[in-house]
Amino acid sequence: MNAEKHPPVSLGTYLMVWLALLALTALTIAVASMHFGAWSVLAAIVIATIKGTLVLLYFMHLRYEDRMFRIMLLLTLFTLAVIMLLTFVDVLLR
Amino acid sequence: MSTPTHEYHPDSTGSKIGMWLFLFTELLLFGGMFLLYAVYRVKNPADFHYASLNLDTKTGAINTAILLTSSLTMVLSIGMLERRHRKASLWFLIITIGFGVWFLVNKYLEWSHKIHHGIYPGSEELTGRTAGENLFYSLYFLMTGLHGIHVVAGMVVLGVMVWMIGKPHHRVLPVTTLPVDAQAHAVSVTVEYSEDAKLDQQKLIRLENAGLYWHLVDVIWIFLFPLFYLIS
Repeated sequence: MNAEKHPPVSLGTYLMVWLALLALTALTIAVASMHFGAWSVLAAIVIATIKGTLVLLYFMHLRYEDRMFRIMLLLTLFTLAVIMLLTFVDVLLR
Repeated sequence: MSTPTHEYHPDSTGSKIGMWLFLFTELLLFGGMFLLYAVYRVKNPADFHYASLNLDTKTGAINTAILLTSSLTMVLSIGMLERRHRKASLWFLIITIGFGVWFLVNKYLEWSHKIHHGIYPGSEELTGRTAGENLFYSLYFLMTGLHGIHVVAGMVVLGVMVWMIGKPHHRVLPVTTLPVDAQAHAVSVTVEYSEDAKLDQQKLIRLENAGLYWHLVDVIWIFLFPLFYLIS
């Protein structure tokens, strides 16, 4: 059945999130052109993660949904992380 | 629907859980490919670096901006339907599909440019290069290609939404739903779309789920863009 319903998110919030996403895109391009070596890989992944989180929380409404949705997502990402970790352990220590 | 009457209750949490479970399988699908990319990158750092220099950052950046903006128009379409502005919701949906077309046109130009220069999996040009470069371009075509298919699928879903929201909806209800003094003169009651809260609710749930899919495709591109176009 319908759980508690959140009121419509204000359109201004969406606009701000969109501007933040565009700004972060510009930032990640700027950082990449500075050649920080291995750090630029980390920076690109961190910025992409922030952007993805913004989309998930605001555009995909996870912030306003039941907590269960966030737990399910984290469980999925945890599973993916375990698979990646184990694969890397195998590849690097072989 | 267990109730025997014509009443039905759209279950928004239930259908959203179903949608998210599907999205999780998509995350694992692309996650596996990101893992493949990461392992081969660690094994061939120099080749990956060199090959990614040949991808056009500007095209990638423009496509990123297009998809991010299409996500904005997607949520605006949902927001408008929530506020009962059906026309505006429809227009934002159509604009979203338009951004999808623009994205794919750019992708087409980018791919044909690469293919024109003899860079495609198994090409004569690539077989003469290092294994790492071959891996990079194979993953590039595989991952952006699969992502492109997802964009097409998303556009089809959004197209269905345009049809669903666009068509006028009537429901015929029993005369007993009218005030008592009006019942004697009426044969049936036709409820227009905008006055039928339950149909509205059902359409909103479907549009929200379609939006979730569209945004997930955006999230995947958010990670594809730096990994292929920027890291060098």
